[in-house]
Amino acid sequence: MINVKKSAPDKLIDAMIYFILAVIMLLTLYPFWTQVVISLDGGGVDSAAYSSGIVLFPSELTFGSYKLALQFNELWTGYGYTVLRTVLGVILSIVFTAMTAYPLSKKDLPLNKAFTSIILFTMLFAGGTIPSYLLIKELHLMNTVWALVVPGMIGAFNVLIMRNFFRSIPEELEESARVDGAGYTRIFTQVVLPLSKPVLATVALWVGVGHWNAWFDSLIYITDPDKQVLQVVLRKIIIQNNTSDITLLIQNLGKDTSFSGRQLQATVVMFSILPMLIVYPFIQKYFVKGVMIGAIKG
Amino acid sequence: MNDTVITAKADLVLTRAKLRKERWKKYKQYRALLIMMIPAMLYYLVFHYLPMYGVLLAFKDFKILQGVWNSPWVGLDIFEKIFHDEYFFTVLKNTMIISLYKLLFGFPVPIIFALLLSEVMNARYKKLVQTVTYLPHFISWVVLAGIFFTMFSLEGPVNTLIKLFGGDPVLFLADPRYFRSILVITSIFQGFGWGSIIYFAAISNIDPQLYEAAIIDGAGRFKRMFYISIPMLVPIIAIMLILSMSGILDAGFDQIFNMYNVQVYNVADIIDTYVYRKGIVEMNYSYATAVGLFKSVVALILIFAVNRLVKLIGGKDHALW
Repeated sequence: MINVKKSAPDKLIDAMIYFILAVIMLLTLYPFWTQVVISLDGGGVDSAAYSSGIVLFPSELTFGSYKLALQFNELWTGYGYTVLRTVLGVILSIVFTAMTAYPLSKKDLPLNKAFTSIILFTMLFAGGTIPSYLLIKELHLMNTVWALVVPGMIGAFNVLIMRNFFRSIPEELEESARVDGAGYTRIFTQVVLPLSKPVLATVALWVGVGHWNAWFDSLIYITDPDKQVLQVVLRKIIIQNNTSDITLLIQNLGKDTSFSGRQLQATVVMFSILPMLIVYPFIQKYFVKGVMIGAIKG
Repeated sequence: MNDTVITAKADLVLTRAKLRKERWKKYKQYRALLIMMIPAMLYYLVFHYLPMYGVLLAFKDFKILQGVWNSPWVGLDIFEKIFHDEYFFTVLKNTMIISLYKLLFGFPVPIIFALLLSEVMNARYKKLVQTVTYLPHFISWVVLAGIFFTMFSLEGPVNTLIKLFGGDPVLFLADPRYFRSILVITSIFQGFGWGSIIYFAAISNIDPQLYEAAIIDGAGRFKRMFYISIPMLVPIIAIMLILSMSGILDAGFDQIFNMYNVQVYNVADIIDTYVYRKGIVEMNYSYATAVGLFKSVVALILIFAVNRLVKLIGGKDHALW
């Protein structure tokens, strides 16, 4: 764009836009910041953190409620199941989605249209919660990790994105491998997949964040309270306001009970989002890329 | 004459055989890839098409011991029950009102935000704003609900502000008068940044020559925004608007399920939450399946209608299929 010298009113408008965006950023971050402050506040039950409303900093810094939360077993088992479902879910999804997308990327594969329609139709119509729930029950998958990772394993949208990416790989590369005597399986694993790291990473992160944040499937498919994922444990503490377990723990440990329910809630919130906050800045660009790939019609 | 018929027939048989042979050859050529498709097809059959078959429950009186197959047919009895259920209409009304509010107030926000953001020339500041505003999209509604409980609690920041200005504190999350507004505001909070990506990209793709020509003609910043950026965005805005119409029965299950409570059921209970409570909690499987099926069918009809509309307005490029 050509450079025009900016006039004074123009500069003013610029400043205003920067200011408005700064306010928007602050409004976005503030709710998260309140949780940080409340969780770290050492002011006891009557501390400023949750009785005087708008707080910017903890009145007194303490990690006491973190120490306490660390001893809360349910949180750890929840973490364990969340990590398990995320890792297993991502691996299964990537392997099977790629295996589905690669054949479909060959335009003259026999039955290609039929396969594609079968997959795409699931984007338009679904059986719904109850039939899926009864199916998991019938298959005896209740209370297993498979109920959490298999039903959403191959997403139609992800298949489309991968298929389109595979199609964009120059045909000559596959051709030369074929001349060297490689079959489809070898071409797929040794030529196509190594060239597809960007799309594999995008889909993996997409699926991974989905698993990390998922709670509804665990809520209905896992009836054993000791096998719940982190989000359901959080739900119990934050939403159903069931802090009795923690209070009991505090009493058992003989700790001072100056930590209120809300402070412990804020602490478990921090616990669950900390890993996300740490990796988020690095993975964000892959997500944006994914949205852009998805916006281009297949 | 007979001869020609015979030779024609022979030709036909020959070409058929040839075709079959060629097809066979193709199957053989692609054998490895076809085998590769087997797991996916089995997966779709079991986890997507079996549940579709399961919607037959909506026409049966489901007995757990007899299973889907053996339970007795009842025809449309369950639907008749639903359409005589006053509460179903409350739920349907809530679903549509909440969706429409979200659309009305939530739809323009990402567009305005993208327009503002595209005025920023400093690349690092732009990146920072994007990183911060996309963040809530990555946080689950369980956590977000917890955070909003704090924000809107009686001693929370919002009520503190209200008290500061001399107002009376409000129990926002348990008050039917305010609950829907809270839903709209919090869903904007969660989605506006992420939703702006597509508009922001569309603005970035506008030919810079258009702006250059406008600058030479003496058009100021606002003129450029109103006469170039916004008109260039109209097609994508129209498409996004129409597409969101097809989701009118999706009022946001994750959000509402984690934020609502008995006091606000009357204004906040939506189809999906109703299905959950009727089906999973009360184990009224047939009824819940039928309500769910009603929603799926309406959604299916809407998406076909919407695709038609998009084709009419935006041409084939933007259509879904």
